Amino acid sequence: MSVLLEATGVAVEYHRQGAAPLRAVDHADLTLARGEILGLVGESGCGKSTLGRAVVGLQRTAAGEIRFDGRPVAPLGLRRRPAGMRGLQMVFQDPYASLNPRRLVGDQVGDGYLLGGTTKAEARRRAGELLERVGLPADAVRRYPHEFSGGQRQRIAIARTLAAEPSCIIADEPISALDASAQASVANLLVELVRELDMGMVFISHDLSVVRQIADRTAVMYLGRVVEVGPTRQVWSEPAHPYTKALISAVPRADGGGVLPVELPGDVPDPSRPPGGCRFHPRCPVALPSCAENDPPLTILRDGRSAACVLAK
Amino acid sequence: MTVGTLLEVEDLTVWLATRNGPRKAVDGLSFRVDAGEVFGIAGESGSGKTMTAMALLGLLPHAARTGGRAVFEGRDLLAMRPRELRDVRGRSIAMVSQDPSTSLHPMLSIETQVTEHMRHHLGIGRSEARGRAVELLSTVRIPDPERALKAHPAQFSGGMRQRIAIAVALACEPRLLLADEPTTALDVTVQAGILRLLDRLRRERDLAVVVITHDLGVMSAVADRICVMYGGRTAEIGPRETVLTHPRHPYTRGLLDALPHPEGGAATLRPIPGSPPSLGGVPEGCPFHPRCAFAVDSCRAERPDPAPVGSGHRVACPPDPLGGTA
Amino acid sequence: MTTGSRTPWRQPLALVGAAFVVLWVLVAVLAPVLAPYGPLDQIADKLLEPSAQHLFGTDQLGRDVLSRVIYGAQVSLPLAFLLVALSAVIGSVVGAVAGFFGGWVDGTLMRLADLVFAFPGIILAMAVAAALGPELRNAVLAVVVVSWPSYARLVRGLVMSARNSEYVAAGRLLGSSSVRTMIVDLRPNVAGPVLVMAALDVGNAVLLLSGLSFLGLGAQPPMAEWGSMVVSGMDYFDLWWLWLYPGLSILTVVLAFNFVGDTLRDALDPRTARAIRG
Repeated sequence: MSVLLEATGVAVEYHRQGAAPLRAVDHADLTLARGEILGLVGESGCGKSTLGRAVVGLQRTAAGEIRFDGRPVAPLGLRRRPAGMRGLQMVFQDPYASLNPRRLVGDQVGDGYLLGGTTKAEARRRAGELLERVGLPADAVRRYPHEFSGGQRQRIAIARTLAAEPSCIIADEPISALDASAQASVANLLVELVRELDMGMVFISHDLSVVRQIADRTAVMYLGRVVEVGPTRQVWSEPAHPYTKALISAVPRADGGGVLPVELPGDVPDPSRPPGGCRFHPRCPVALPSCAENDPPLTILRDGRSAACVLAK
Repeated sequence: MTVGTLLEVEDLTVWLATRNGPRKAVDGLSFRVDAGEVFGIAGESGSGKTMTAMALLGLLPHAARTGGRAVFEGRDLLAMRPRELRDVRGRSIAMVSQDPSTSLHPMLSIETQVTEHMRHHLGIGRSEARGRAVELLSTVRIPDPERALKAHPAQFSGGMRQRIAIAVALACEPRLLLADEPTTALDVTVQAGILRLLDRLRRERDLAVVVITHDLGVMSAVADRICVMYGGRTAEIGPRETVLTHPRHPYTRGLLDALPHPEGGAATLRPIPGSPPSLGGVPEGCPFHPRCAFAVDSCRAERPDPAPVGSGHRVACPPDPLGGTA
Repeated sequence: MTTGSRTPWRQPLALVGAAFVVLWVLVAVLAPVLAPYGPLDQIADKLLEPSAQHLFGTDQLGRDVLSRVIYGAQVSLPLAFLLVALSAVIGSVVGAVAGFFGGWVDGTLMRLADLVFAFPGIILAMAVAAALGPELRNAVLAVVVVSWPSYARLVRGLVMSARNSEYVAAGRLLGSSSVRTMIVDLRPNVAGPVLVMAALDVGNAVLLLSGLSFLGLGAQPPMAEWGSMVVSGMDYFDLWWLWLYPGLSILTVVLAFNFVGDTLRDALDPRTARAIRG
């Protein structure tokens, strides 16, 4: 499989007045192949959304390189995005914020075609087709976003990205703002589209069970860094990083067993002052004395797996 | 574990005012909660689970009406005057809500918020209240409770804030804690901590907890008995293990099937087709019939009441299509 | 905006406001037909009390007060509309540029606006009008100078919040340039609130213009302008018809546009139009 998207050593800093810059993402690596779904998981504040925004160019990076289809991704400025970058699109978390409340659905979905150089009438016709493709009635083109439910809005937002004929979609928590019943169907739609159109997708989520179900590979982030990547099945069955292990055993199972999930003691440290050495060592149940000093890089193990832990084999 | 029934809800009905007149948000709900028990109410948004909690606390919106009875320690909560209810609420019944950033006051110190109810309901002095607050904070595992008392909510993470909200709820040693989606806004590792805390409190303090959540994983972890609600009505009610491993209502089955499978594999999720009814849009007959794969003619006409199918297990599905597979 | 926009207009104040706006616009347009006499014609004895002949009486120069009030609408309303339009356009452009580009552009433009905000409107307008010379045209300019910053602030806020919104980000990712984004995505969000502010401002403009005329800095005699009519009527305070009728005209116009502005705000608010989710 060919590499579609590659991020190496990406860092993102937020500059705050009168305080040290906050490194929301620090030295994160990601690769995505065509036709692949990569699940990016981690708890709030780990930098997964920031990394997602940096990858499409919505966030300026402080270090590292991002390449899409072999070309470097430049942060979005005042100018138009280069045409070659249109294949890299994003689906946002909140479909109430990601659609303009005062523009017709058809105009918003048709934008992608219009900006690709088709006529207005043609853009509207094809917007109707796209809306049908994502499971909405064709007359949705003449309606406003507020007339739709959360799940339907997210379908509209997905249709809008499809108008740019993308080869890669970054989906930032695309189902977490939706009702339980809409979550599954929107996730299914995304998976279906990725398979059918042979795209790649980075599926960013805090919901581990959904990622486990749909992702080919899973990347786990902790405190701004990717600490483990590998084929989803292996990452789940034998996690290499202690944080991955803690995360997985914290997910309660609906098996009626009455088993309390395992607690990970301590709080996530302040990202502006990450602990020295391995970032996870203060909470790590198996930390060695040396972990407080040496910061392990993401190292390739075997079977396409990598982990950033000295104990990982 | 059963020491006695603490709360007995019978035929609870809640009408909410809508543009088209009053509509039933909760329709004939009956359940009981024993002391020291964790009772779970599961359902999607709009199933009436939050309105049930609000009705018990007397916190329904204006123009809402209630029917039925909710007997708590021998007294009917629904028949109480606002003044009496205010006394029960906060003292014998306490509540923890989904979002600790809105349930805690951002400008008041933790000390003020934890001691306020103690001093009001129990009539104890400042220094005694302070001592109990320190104890409470260490019960909910807030590190350095003395210092935490002087801090403000913004200085804590979401998980710590939820722990503080629980401490506030426990201030007057309530007998019953209503927890409405207490972990939905939290990360999984933090959620695990809160679930363990609730479990410990019920064991150590003989506290009854009603957990309201859409997350069947959370249910499975903490609840002793579960009530599954749909369209304001009980679909199924029974012991945790029975309901989650041998569900008899097609809706419960559907909810479980919609969960990502523990072993992965299937590659797609299996949602229940359609969407839950809105307030006032609950169909005739069984509220679930339009989405049910097993619906027969009688489901469209008659509204089923939960009927016993096993020990403590009641199901509102007369055709009982899953009965054979149990 | 489809279903919810009907109800706000059914409120009594909205109806009264709309009725008065329509009435005054008709009066202004049809002034030559409606007015029994010309505004400057000295057709009768001085200072006659209201009678069947002269419904609003006559003034100190023997002019028919009713006719002058009617012609006054022809002066005040078009000028008010013109200067509100000018302020709204200037303010919106400044605000949009400041909000969209941010940084030093924003800093400079907004400090300028703050400078204007630092003085009470009427005082600054007086200063400007006095500096330019007492003339109606200069009074209009003075009012524009004091009223554009409100629009600039409003539009800047709207543009800034919309600029960081996800739908603008999505549009940019699709390849939309910043100028196209501003026009296509931000314009509909800005147009409604600006329209509401403008409607509310028409009343203010009438009041400011009359105020300047009242102070002798706007319309000059013998022009039939309500503010200057009130001030010349003040010399004969017990002859109430001289100042009451032009005063009432100002009052009704100001109130009517305020009611209409409030109603517009309710009608254009997406929250009132948004379906209630169950």
